[in-house]
Amino acid sequence: MEIIMSVVIGFLFMAAVYLMLSKSLIRIIIGTGLLSHGAHLLLLTMGGLGGEAPPVVADGVSVSDYADPLPQALILTAIVISFAVTSFFLVVAYRAYQELGTDNMELLKGTEDHE
Amino acid sequence: MSNLLLFPIIIPLIMATILMLFPNKIKMQRLVALISALVTLIASLFLLFKVYIDGIQVVTLGSWPAPFGISMVSDLFSALLVVTTSLIVLFVVLYSFPTIGIKREQSFYYPAVLFLLTGVNGAFTTGDIFNLFVFVEVLLMASYTLIVHGGERQQLRESIKYLLVNIISSALFVAAVALLYSVTGTLNMADLAVKIPQIENTGILTVIAVLFLVVFGFKAAIFPLYFWLPASYHAPPMPILALFGALLTKVGVYAIMRTYTLFFTMNVGFTHELLAIIAILTILAGCVGALAYFDVKKIIIYNIIIAVGVILFGVSQLNEAGVQGSILYLIHDMMIKAALFFLVGIVAVIFGTSNLRKMGGLMKTYPVLGWTYLVAAFGLAGIPPLSGFPGKLLIIQGGFEGPQFWGSIVILATSLIVLLSAVRIFIYAFWGEPVETEPLKKSAYHAMLIPSMLLVAVTVFFGVGAELFMPFVSGAAEVLLNPSLYIEAVFKE
Repeated sequence: MEIIMSVVIGFLFMAAVYLMLSKSLIRIIIGTGLLSHGAHLLLLTMGGLGGEAPPVVADGVSVSDYADPLPQALILTAIVISFAVTSFFLVVAYRAYQELGTDNMELLKGTEDHE
Repeated sequence: MSNLLLFPIIIPLIMATILMLFPNKIKMQRLVALISALVTLIASLFLLFKVYIDGIQVVTLGSWPAPFGISMVSDLFSALLVVTTSLIVLFVVLYSFPTIGIKREQSFYYPAVLFLLTGVNGAFTTGDIFNLFVFVEVLLMASYTLIVHGGERQQLRESIKYLLVNIISSALFVAAVALLYSVTGTLNMADLAVKIPQIENTGILTVIAVLFLVVFGFKAAIFPLYFWLPASYHAPPMPILALFGALLTKVGVYAIMRTYTLFFTMNVGFTHELLAIIAILTILAGCVGALAYFDVKKIIIYNIIIAVGVILFGVSQLNEAGVQGSILYLIHDMMIKAALFFLVGIVAVIFGTSNLRKMGGLMKTYPVLGWTYLVAAFGLAGIPPLSGFPGKLLIIQGGFEGPQFWGSIVILATSLIVLLSAVRIFIYAFWGEPVETEPLKKSAYHAMLIPSMLLVAVTVFFGVGAELFMPFVSGAAEVLLNPSLYIEAVFKE
């Protein structure tokens, strides 16, 4: 299972890099979304996927039967943060499109006075 | 257990939330922002003396025992930085009154500054690496707001790039935390410091250490990851630039200093030599930029990069002189950068441009500004007895005692370039034929000049009275060099 997850994570990172290298701003934003998905899945996988029992003390359940609760808590935090940042990024991108009249990163190269 | 160390984080957080309720009442906004910055400074000073007298302060949230709950740890190093941060934010708020403009003040400028203060103080205080990520995101979110605040063309253009770079580095941060967790099974810094030496396979840990260097390097603007900084920092107005230049990169520097002294010490021969080489390259890259531009903002911005290199070189030597020097220089640099941006901001306002070629002859009309700038510039370059000198002296001494003596030679040589780049502004803007200047009201000029002069006075005091601060600095360095002190304090709770 960990192997499959690693492949998925690798694919997500690859797709994210591909999208972020494109010129269109909206593709770049989707790329950042994929990148954070990849990072979150990595966090989950690295915590170990084993453990069927919920992390509650009960009779006949040993520590090795628990699912590790910490990565889940971490992911929740990371997801909320990346959600907020992505929505902010979308708003800034829209405002920039209104103001600058383009979403082509090729045209946004360098600074204004060095064109 | 004392909750005192949480006050510098919570006070600005609560005050910023309150400030968001009445955005249009500017007088109230100013007053509340000033008071909250002042109260935060007082709380952090109390904290500093508490730590100095009673030793490291630890709070583990929710009263869980140490590795399970999130620890907040305040040793002398983090307390010193929290004091410096609060002090700088106080001055930035004062400097913002005449410079930032009513439009910006009405749209949540002060709340964003206070949220930034929350994030920076939190990042300096936390004792948990994932919590560090969270606080870094808090301060980044505030910085996103500030960099795009006002929505000018230039700002929108640069903030897209700034956002993208930081989102990528945040994703890498999560990935690095995941890898570290899979190897060690803990994220508490003190617990990491216990567990990492027990792991025999140091290869994977070295990779993780370098990955963390990349993550923090994006924030600290080390070579070759500084590429985003000059253009992004050039866009926002001066008080925001001063805030960024003084605080944001320093969080990255702090994170590198903390992780590379506390637990990533399993393969010092590789990681710390890499850090030293990168630090020197950072200095050289910064010097090229500082000499190449004729824009006052750009010159000081590249000086930020140089200072990052100098500080990290001191840490990479891992000896007493080097680490003490780094701490002194870090505090000095936070204050002097804010002061220089303030002064350069006044110059830019007077001429209506930040282009050096269009300036000249300010010494006749604004002599006080000129002399204040000269003192700050000499402080930046480290001319004794000003504030850059003791830190740099110790870093260079640490370099000669350590393995990378050539680094000290580079730092000595580049000090001259730093002096040249700062004095060049003085020569072009203050000497020469007077150029026509924008009309500036006396009261506005004084409102800008007084906070700048006060901050320069503080840096001068910090330099001349370095002997006074040495007990604090050597105490801070002691904890950095003996991780066992840190570990004991955390697990004692």
